[in-house]
Amino acid sequence: MGVLDGQIALVTGASRGIGRSIALALGQAGATVVGTATSESGAAGIQQAFDAAGIKGRGVVLDVTDAAAIPAVIGAIEKDFGTVSVLVNNAGITRDNLAMRMKDDEWQAVIDTNLKAVFTMSRAVMKGMMKARSGRIINITSVVGETGNPGQANYAAAKAGVAGMSMALARELGSRNITVNCVAPGFIATDMTEALGDAARDALLGQIPLGRLGHADEVAAAVVFLASPGAAYVTGSTLHVNGGMFMH
Amino acid sequence: MENIEQRVKKIVAEQLGVNEAEIKNESSFVDDLGADSLDTVELVMALEEEFECEIPDEEAEKITSVQQAIDYVTRHLASKA
Repeated sequence: MGVLDGQIALVTGASRGIGRSIALALGQAGATVVGTATSESGAAGIQQAFDAAGIKGRGVVLDVTDAAAIPAVIGAIEKDFGTVSVLVNNAGITRDNLAMRMKDDEWQAVIDTNLKAVFTMSRAVMKGMMKARSGRIINITSVVGETGNPGQANYAAAKAGVAGMSMALARELGSRNITVNCVAPGFIATDMTEALGDAARDALLGQIPLGRLGHADEVAAAVVFLASPGAAYVTGSTLHVNGGMFMH
Repeated sequence: MENIEQRVKKIVAEQLGVNEAEIKNESSFVDDLGADSLDTVELVMALEEEFECEIPDEEAEKITSVQQAIDYVTRHLASKA
């Protein structure tokens, strides 16, 4: 028995990192979870992790930028499990480069995956949520969308864009009992932050009052909260999970 | 079997939470029946379901009154028959 019993959650980018932790945490809280990955092997890995943890759900292949593929995935979930009641837009990419050197395709790839696809996915689940008169859309943004970060003009723009869009959607859908919130992780220990050198890591930790990197499961816990009945009156908010590196 | 007009009015009443008796053919969803923009989107969704059809966005935007809904459905059903 969990706080999310009976919920149908869809998590994009669930094959590794934060998305994987989110998918598992939602499942452990009782939700049926569908996790997406861009590759067959990624989807199979999600399925394995679900099976190993005794979570009801499925790993599916979806490139979130492939707008034409989204309705089929949503339709299949509806048919096999029920209407999506929790959408977690987690899938994201980076194409870091100084602005002076940033290519148009580096800009566009990040905007397409991290911003545009969040809209297309959200739009695709809205109809079912409106009919159900309930739903939770949770977008994974980033502290970088609040503070900026050199080399990440594209990423910061996309993440700040998602935050603004979330507030607009929260206003549009509030009357139908659909909440839209963001979780903004700071620096989380993942493959990406592991690649940092010692000097860069020390400099980074100096900025974090809690003096350590975050864990993916600490981000997942925030997502579980926003999906849970206890967060029913929270909408249009951003929950910062950053060890205090950005406060406001 | 109820006719199209009755079925449309029933859906409008359900979706907008108004009494069926208050709904006239010339009633505008927004101006007369108190619908907001999201209500009108939901109304179209409900019509699609009731009449088992897909109403394209550009057509949906033109359905702003009870009569327009009746006309659309009538035309659609006629073309399907």
